[in-house]
Amino acid sequence: MRWAALGAVAVLLALPVVPGLLPSYAVTVFTFTFFYAYLAQAWNVLGGYAGQLSAGHAAFVGVGAYTSAMLALEAGLSPWLGMFVGGALAAGLGAVIGFLGFRFGLRGFYFVLLTVAFAEVCRIVALNTEAVGGALGLYITFTGNPAQFQFRDARAYYYVALGFMLAGTALAALMERRRFGIYLAAIREDEGAAEAAGVPTFRYKLLAMVVSSFLTGVGGTFYAFYLFSLQPNSVFGIPLSVEIIVRTVVGGGGTVLGPVVGSFILSPLAELSRFYFAEAGWSGAHLVVYGVLLVVVVLFFPQGAVPGLRRLAGRRAG
Amino acid sequence: MAGGGRPAEVRLPEAGALIDATLIGQGLLNGVLFGGVYSLMAVGLTLIFGVMRVINFAHGDMMVWGMYLAWLLATRLGLDPYLSFVLCAGALFALGVLVQRGLVDPIVDAPHEMQILLMLGVALVLENSALLAFGPEPQRVRSSLALATLWLGPLFIDVARLVTFLVAALLAGALSLFLFRTDLGRAMRAAADNIDGARIIGVDVRRVYMAAFGIGAACVGAAGALTSPFLPFTPALGLSASVTSFNIVIIGGMGSLPGAFVGGLLVSVAESLGAVFLSSSLKELVSFSLLILILLLRPAGLFGRRLA
Amino acid sequence: MSAPLLAVRGLGKRFGGLQAVRDLSFTVAEGEMVGLIGPNGAGKTTVFALLSGFLRPDTGEIRFRGRAIAGLPPHRVNALGLARTFQIVRPFPRLSVLRNVTVGALARHPDPVAAQRRAAAILEEVGLAGKGDQPAASLTLAERKRLELARALATEPVLLLLDEVMAGLTPAETERIVALVRAINGRGISVVLIEHVMRAVMSLSSRLVVLNHGERIAEGRPEAVASDPRVIEAYLGEPRADDAAPA
Repeated sequence: MRWAALGAVAVLLALPVVPGLLPSYAVTVFTFTFFYAYLAQAWNVLGGYAGQLSAGHAAFVGVGAYTSAMLALEAGLSPWLGMFVGGALAAGLGAVIGFLGFRFGLRGFYFVLLTVAFAEVCRIVALNTEAVGGALGLYITFTGNPAQFQFRDARAYYYVALGFMLAGTALAALMERRRFGIYLAAIREDEGAAEAAGVPTFRYKLLAMVVSSFLTGVGGTFYAFYLFSLQPNSVFGIPLSVEIIVRTVVGGGGTVLGPVVGSFILSPLAELSRFYFAEAGWSGAHLVVYGVLLVVVVLFFPQGAVPGLRRLAGRRAG
Repeated sequence: MAGGGRPAEVRLPEAGALIDATLIGQGLLNGVLFGGVYSLMAVGLTLIFGVMRVINFAHGDMMVWGMYLAWLLATRLGLDPYLSFVLCAGALFALGVLVQRGLVDPIVDAPHEMQILLMLGVALVLENSALLAFGPEPQRVRSSLALATLWLGPLFIDVARLVTFLVAALLAGALSLFLFRTDLGRAMRAAADNIDGARIIGVDVRRVYMAAFGIGAACVGAAGALTSPFLPFTPALGLSASVTSFNIVIIGGMGSLPGAFVGGLLVSVAESLGAVFLSSSLKELVSFSLLILILLLRPAGLFGRRLA
Repeated sequence: MSAPLLAVRGLGKRFGGLQAVRDLSFTVAEGEMVGLIGPNGAGKTTVFALLSGFLRPDTGEIRFRGRAIAGLPPHRVNALGLARTFQIVRPFPRLSVLRNVTVGALARHPDPVAAQRRAAAILEEVGLAGKGDQPAASLTLAERKRLELARALATEPVLLLLDEVMAGLTPAETERIVALVRAINGRGISVVLIEHVMRAVMSLSSRLVVLNHGERIAEGRPEAVASDPRVIEAYLGEPRADDAAPA
């Protein structure tokens, strides 16, 4: 355990120095890894801690991304502020979905379908709304102005993404020890027993949804201003939700480091695949690996990589 | 729409009304004909759920594999999909049994979340291995029936669709006969009704689970092969086929066979009529909105929850 | 004379064609320990579900500390000081034993450190102090029963509903839990006990309420109830002594 902690500290200290030493391609891979770790961390609040599987988190990324992009394009509002407007709108959507889903008692598969349906409705609405670019989507012209969340040096995005990941992880660590996190874990384990032990389950599930969708929506701004273009099918699509879920589950849902570990396992794979496999005509290869990993994790490490690693470390120490 | 308070004016020009009647008639007909396939897909999904309480998230991807198998058999061996669908169903039966024995069985008693994630993994593997194997370009299988049409007054019937409908209906009928007239079928219904009770009366639950998953996959595999002559397909079709199947079984009631059958026809007709009046993307909007409403207001669906 | 702690009047609950509880009335006084007994399927667990907010009664009234609580959600009922255990124990399996109890303690101590301290003290009391770090799933049945009790106790109830906390235990384990329940009652916490271990329920309860087919067929001091012909008949008609009331 001590070695694991030391390792983590070493990695943490190395991360800020790394971009100076690496080729730009590796910087991109790290940037995506951090960003997906952040999104996975946001999903973890609802899906990992509270055990409510949402397969529609892309909707929150999309709402956040479109909001800050539109505010920047139409009103000249800095994305640094628009980011929070986007987060708030995403949280509003999350509150609506959560209120309906939890009030009507939807669980498991039914909740999954509800979140998918809402995300798909968002996608179709965006596709058909000319004011936000319709099927073509939105394009952000590059100005390189840091006040507009734009940087000439790709390493700046690396640091911003790193900041997102660290902030998200710190938040999870804080949450886990407080009443909020303990209650969410109790709800995940047995909702009825949690009620009997005095947990207001509806309120806490709704709160988990709002926190999770807010954080995800804030992340949408990074998505928009790192990629400079938004298409409804990619930013609201089910595949993006799946990317987020797989990282959390593989790393370990309901643990502080799970989403980070999951992203470090899967994001480089996805990026490699995007760069190399796609050229070789193997464009689905990394998703096959995702699928296999998901199956393996569910069957053999149902709590994900982090508790597994911890057990291993414990065995070595003991 | 509610809330306006102003009575809507209905005044259609005569000629428009005539055209509309034909269009609507054609839409209805197309909807019913395609509904057979939807019913078969949904029957497969609801059978698996009814017996095992497991949602097959890979359902649509299994359908797509049925389509590609039909395509392979047609291009390599020159088999018409209206013959090869039997082989496709057989192959998917084997796949279903494998998935059940190797993957689902070890966690059949685990929390539902685990099964959902597992099947999501299976869906990812099936969809993307199809992408690796066959690429993203749309395919279509040539059938000898493809170009024939019948005329019914002003309405036309695509013979391929008609045959597909008849075969799908036949298969669904055969499945109900199987469930009601054979020992294994009765055991499956008993397991769906009450798994502990079924165990007590000596039902071999593992065999029943295997049969349910196999037959469920075979249904959707056959549905894939049977639509391959007129529905162009890509690996990405699997997701929307899954969502459509979920839609139907939720509307019909999870685990209800008549619900799946009627729900399939209902959704198909609604989509087909929707296509007459709405753009295709708005049509999707309607079906997802419908799904949300049904989830909230009547999650048990129209036909309750029993596999009757 | 002060009002009773719990007053149930005319309680009724129907599931489809089955009248699970019919026109049931009884009271529990402050500090009292009442046994709720009856043959298989008599509706005892349903009564607990109604009292604790897991089911909404069709008819009747439940007053707890002077407040009407029928139809309140379980966590609200709990906040008022009424806690329950489950007949089939429901620990949070992957959380540690200490965490399990901390969840209950958080109801009164929002600060997690204080709650955890409280939880540790309760684990001590129920004899699980050494198991605090283990996941709840690793406990034996006897330990899980005590964990179930500890978690309910951690919410600091005034009235505790215990649903078969002795079922399935060895005589030695039963002795320990009888002593524990007696100690809890000794601290002034009122208890309603569903129990099939007759010796235990007879020795613990100051009063018994007997249910059959959802109706109260007898009530009174244990010795008097045990010789009541209606009670004997109800039990003889149903010799198996395990409860399978609809949850």
